[in-house]
Amino acid sequence: MTNEFWSFIFGRLTWDVLPLHEPIVVVTFIVVALAGLAVVGALTYFKLWGYLWTEWFTSVDHKKVGIMYMVLGLIMLLRGFADALMMRLQQAMAFNGSEGYLNAHHYDQLFSVHGVIMIFFVAMPLITGFMNYVVPLQIGARDVSFPFLNNFSFWMTAGGAVLIMASLFVGEFAQTGWLAFPPLSGIEQSPASGVDYYIWALQIAGVGTTLSGVNLIATIIKMRAPGMTLMKMPVFTWTSLCTNVLIVASFPILTAVLTLLALDRYVGTNFFTSDFGGSSMMYINLIWIWGHPEVYILILPAFGIFSEVASTFSGKRLFGYTSMVYATVVITVLSYLVWLHHFFTMGSGASVNSFFGITTMIISIPTGAKIFNWLFTMYKGRIRFELPMMWLIAFMLTFSIGGMTGVLLAVPPADFVLHNSLFLVAHFHNVIIGGVLFGIFAGINYWWPKAFGYKLNQFWGKISFWLWNVGFWLAFGPLYVLGLMGVTRRLRTFDDPSLQIWFIIAGIGALVIAGGIAAMAIQFAVSILGKNKEWDTTGDPWNGRTLEWATSSPPPQYNFAFTPVIHDNDAWADMKKHHAQQPTKDFLEIHMPRNTGTGVILAALSVVLGFALIWYMWWLAILSFVGIIGAAIIHTFNYDRDYHIPVEAIAEVEDRRMRLLSGAQ
Amino acid sequence: MSSQVQTADGEAPQYYELVPQHHSAHGSTQIGFWIYLMSDCLIFASLFAIYGVLGANYAAGPSPEHLFNLPLVAVSTAALLLSSITYGFAMLDMEEGKQRGTVLWLAITGLLGAVFLGLTLYEFYHMIHEGAVPQRSAFLSAFFVLVGTHALHVTFGIIWLVTLLAQIGWKGLIPANKIRVQCLSMFWHFLDVIWIGVFTVVYLMGMLR
Amino acid sequence: MSRPIKFSLVPILALLLAGCSSDVISPAGDIAMQQRDLIIIATALMLLIIIPVMVLVVLFARKYREGNKAAKYEPDWDHSTHLELVIWAAPLAIIICLGAVTWVSTHLLDPYRELGRIAPGQPVAAQVEPLEVEVVALDWKWMFIYPQYDLATVNELVVPVDRPISFKLTSSTVMNSFYIPAMAGMIYAMPGMQTRLHAVINVPGEYKGIAAHYSGHGFSGMHFVTKGVSDSEFDAWVADVKASPDMLDRNRYLDVAKPSEHVPVMHFAGVESGLYTAVVNMCVERDKMCVSEMMSIDAQGGLGHAGVDNLAPALYGGGEKNRAPFGPQKTYVAAICSTDEAIAMTGKLPAIAAPDSTPLLGRGLSRSEAIATVNQPALAWLAGKIASLETIAAEAL
Repeated sequence: MTNEFWSFIFGRLTWDVLPLHEPIVVVTFIVVALAGLAVVGALTYFKLWGYLWTEWFTSVDHKKVGIMYMVLGLIMLLRGFADALMMRLQQAMAFNGSEGYLNAHHYDQLFSVHGVIMIFFVAMPLITGFMNYVVPLQIGARDVSFPFLNNFSFWMTAGGAVLIMASLFVGEFAQTGWLAFPPLSGIEQSPASGVDYYIWALQIAGVGTTLSGVNLIATIIKMRAPGMTLMKMPVFTWTSLCTNVLIVASFPILTAVLTLLALDRYVGTNFFTSDFGGSSMMYINLIWIWGHPEVYILILPAFGIFSEVASTFSGKRLFGYTSMVYATVVITVLSYLVWLHHFFTMGSGASVNSFFGITTMIISIPTGAKIFNWLFTMYKGRIRFELPMMWLIAFMLTFSIGGMTGVLLAVPPADFVLHNSLFLVAHFHNVIIGGVLFGIFAGINYWWPKAFGYKLNQFWGKISFWLWNVGFWLAFGPLYVLGLMGVTRRLRTFDDPSLQIWFIIAGIGALVIAGGIAAMAIQFAVSILGKNKEWDTTGDPWNGRTLEWATSSPPPQYNFAFTPVIHDNDAWADMKKHHAQQPTKDFLEIHMPRNTGTGVILAALSVVLGFALIWYMWWLAILSFVGIIGAAIIHTFNYDRDYHIPVEAIAEVEDRRMRLLSGAQ
Repeated sequence: MSSQVQTADGEAPQYYELVPQHHSAHGSTQIGFWIYLMSDCLIFASLFAIYGVLGANYAAGPSPEHLFNLPLVAVSTAALLLSSITYGFAMLDMEEGKQRGTVLWLAITGLLGAVFLGLTLYEFYHMIHEGAVPQRSAFLSAFFVLVGTHALHVTFGIIWLVTLLAQIGWKGLIPANKIRVQCLSMFWHFLDVIWIGVFTVVYLMGMLR
Repeated sequence: MSRPIKFSLVPILALLLAGCSSDVISPAGDIAMQQRDLIIIATALMLLIIIPVMVLVVLFARKYREGNKAAKYEPDWDHSTHLELVIWAAPLAIIICLGAVTWVSTHLLDPYRELGRIAPGQPVAAQVEPLEVEVVALDWKWMFIYPQYDLATVNELVVPVDRPISFKLTSSTVMNSFYIPAMAGMIYAMPGMQTRLHAVINVPGEYKGIAAHYSGHGFSGMHFVTKGVSDSEFDAWVADVKASPDMLDRNRYLDVAKPSEHVPVMHFAGVESGLYTAVVNMCVERDKMCVSEMMSIDAQGGLGHAGVDNLAPALYGGGEKNRAPFGPQKTYVAAICSTDEAIAMTGKLPAIAAPDSTPLLGRGLSRSEAIATVNQPALAWLAGKIASLETIAAEAL
């Protein structure tokens, strides 16, 4: 009787699912719990909860939402990287009959969760954070089209991250690899909670991503400042538009395919099972139809950041703006025609394989054109080697190699020997670290002064730069070599002792990267806490060319007291050239959206729903689902969603800025 | 190349908008909702793809010809298509500012939606009763999920419609409510279009196979 | 600025150094050799453009640095039709070459294509019969069935050198990938399906064979030895395996198929006929309907309502344990393997119309008539099945 009662209340959640037998996890838990308690304690002691809630958590200001995305991404980067270090250590140790220090149960979760976190909860939030922060400023808008939706999207992404983190301490994560191919991810092969964590974390975060995509497309289409035609948009805005089109056109497929996998696991349907006529190949096709555009979702905004950086720090207009835009659009379209190159080895036949191989190669043409455009932007420029520019140079050198190995993998017979090998692992880290992450680092250094009003510390930034670059090649160079020796990915132990040296080098590389991350953390800390800040009083610390530099650093809540009128691609450079002065009087009151806690509530209920579904607590699932619907309906009864900033308040802010500006000159 | 900036009338270029253009408060809502619908459309596209690939895998069980009852489906289809027309009448009345007419037509639309939903549920019940459960074959899994996802959308459409009726009753046909009626209109017609696809691909082609 | 370029050269140098010991770079089979050549050709083609770009990046970065006031500065120079033509045309030209290479090589090296040669300039002799090997990826070991020699092994693949090998591959539970780096590229092995691979080993020796697709808990230990041997050594090995006391029948297969890790080499002196076909069709358990049979029934329009209950409880693979919380008890489609069962099914087909003979709504088609016509193909199929089962029974007598 009592047993039935408890299993009704807690589903399959019992004390046994806590990984108390895994000392590594227990220690991690203690450390995380202590750190968490310290943070909570500090926030309580300094009475910051109210401030955080009203100024940040419930904020619909695109700038604050953007910064919250960045914080989420950087925190999750630490988790994802810790997993990477553990894998490197295991692989460097497990030779000559040694089992290493991780058992299969733990190790197989590590590589799965590492991939999931790095793509969904590091790269995606960081990219989305930039798009949120920068796009409205670049198009001269005061916020995004749907500010509440923006806050809600962020909290859904954060909710997914919460579930992933919970899987570390309650139950387990999937042991399937980051795309959870069935039949391995089916209920028969993986009955435990791991795949369910995977499904619901991604579903919850996926809702956020899709809605944020819808939001940013609408923003870019409808909210551009007067005069900004599509072909006058900054390149970062263009790449953001294409990325969000890709998000809206691909994430629903992920949602659908994960729903079907969930149905197979919960209801016993037969979409991807082997009996009863299901087809696991269908899952693999569908998930890669999402998965390949996802790669471009990540890289396109990075390309955009590099375009801004290249022209700003070369002190020149971007070379070949038009071809840059067309290249971006061509990549967007083509990214849907290449998904099969992820499984040439499934036996699709030579004609199909060569079709997809050649379409993949064709993508390298616009990508190559982009590299040339950055190159010729530097040509006849005056290049200032500030940190963002250094990341650009490093990117161009690193990414060229990554692109080359990518095209190599697109040749089907070559892929037959390199697929699923460490060569492949090295390739996609080469483009994702060398492309996406370097772009993000360039962006952080570039836009930090805009967001906070002072530049990041150069010294620690340079140390971080060199450690990352050296560490990257030390870590992934050996993986290229090992791939050519026919070593497969995801292996936990090795027999051939001659391989060990390469894994040790790769492990040292990972440690060097850890140094790079530490240097970056110090860079942030020194910049934030240090006394000698490089303040930016002008709002334009880099002699920028696009509209985000036309307002103060950090921008006022309403971004622009007067909406700028655009006459040229490099709108701000054009305004500077013509000595355009913002009026200092005759302000009009500005219509702004009100903050709301609904986004936090809905996302929290979604996390509860996900958790209940993972642990089979059906009553809680029903309750939280009804709660979500109810909260959403209640939200629609709130008609009082905006307010006006009075003229006096605007005048005060703008006067202060004018005083700063005149002081600066 | 663009050191010279000229405005159309040859005056000095203006760089700040001194008198803001009037932005409608809901300027982006319709396009935003439309983009959302396109993403929803892709969910259905995936389900259609699944049905297209797995729809003939009966696992030595029943096929569409054994299960479907076209007359029943014809009735539910008629109810749904009719509800689109009645929604159109609601929109016309709303344009003319007739609140009572709008509410009445919306209520009729909701009822027709409920009829459709009831018939779908009856069909599901009937099939499950015969043993043709979603777990029996990949075909049945794909069928139940495709038709069921559409039915789920109709359910949410009805919940939304009821909420909207309450809001119109409370606030009247204010602009905020009008835009909601317009969005629900897009949603409702979208479901109709999807249903035409379902009816053709699943039912008609299933019976003809 | 020259430091990044130095670091980017590290992996290239490393590749060259690694070439000496690498299976992919110095393989032992003709197919892998051609794949290796392709990698080198493709890399060389791409380096034609990658190297100039990387050199230009460094040169431009150096020349146009802020400190160098001697360099030209043209802040508004942002377009040149000639240059743009070049930057689109140059990658295009390379991709056209590479695309042509890809199209040809993908067809020539298609794993489904039978070998035309065993080495450059050495076509397959007409009288040589390829060695057939049927591969089953199990949790977590590899099974090799040699139908021409009626023997089977686990985790040991022995092949005569210079003799073409024709692999058929499948898997028992999850997806896997069969890969002998020194011999040829990999191919997936998937449950309920069959893939093909054609290859040859030219150099005698021992090579590693691996599972190249993560398949669960025991994945890391799932590798096997591949031995390329002379014809006489191969014959000796066959005789050796034939001396093994172990035989591979269906029950023994189900026993071996149970999940296990780091499995030592096993030899089976004989294989039950049709075992591999049964594995591909997922009907090693005799009362389970084969996929092929299911597909042919489905092509006839299924078994209708009679087929609804043609299920048997699944007692394999975890049974009740790993079941979906809202799913039914785990079952599979039962085989029709006796005339009695087939006749019973025939009897059920028209009868099923009885519980629901009235039309549900309106004037539709007459339901009982409709059922009769709908069941026609299935009835015909069952009649054929009964006939064939009777023949088998008669032959057995």
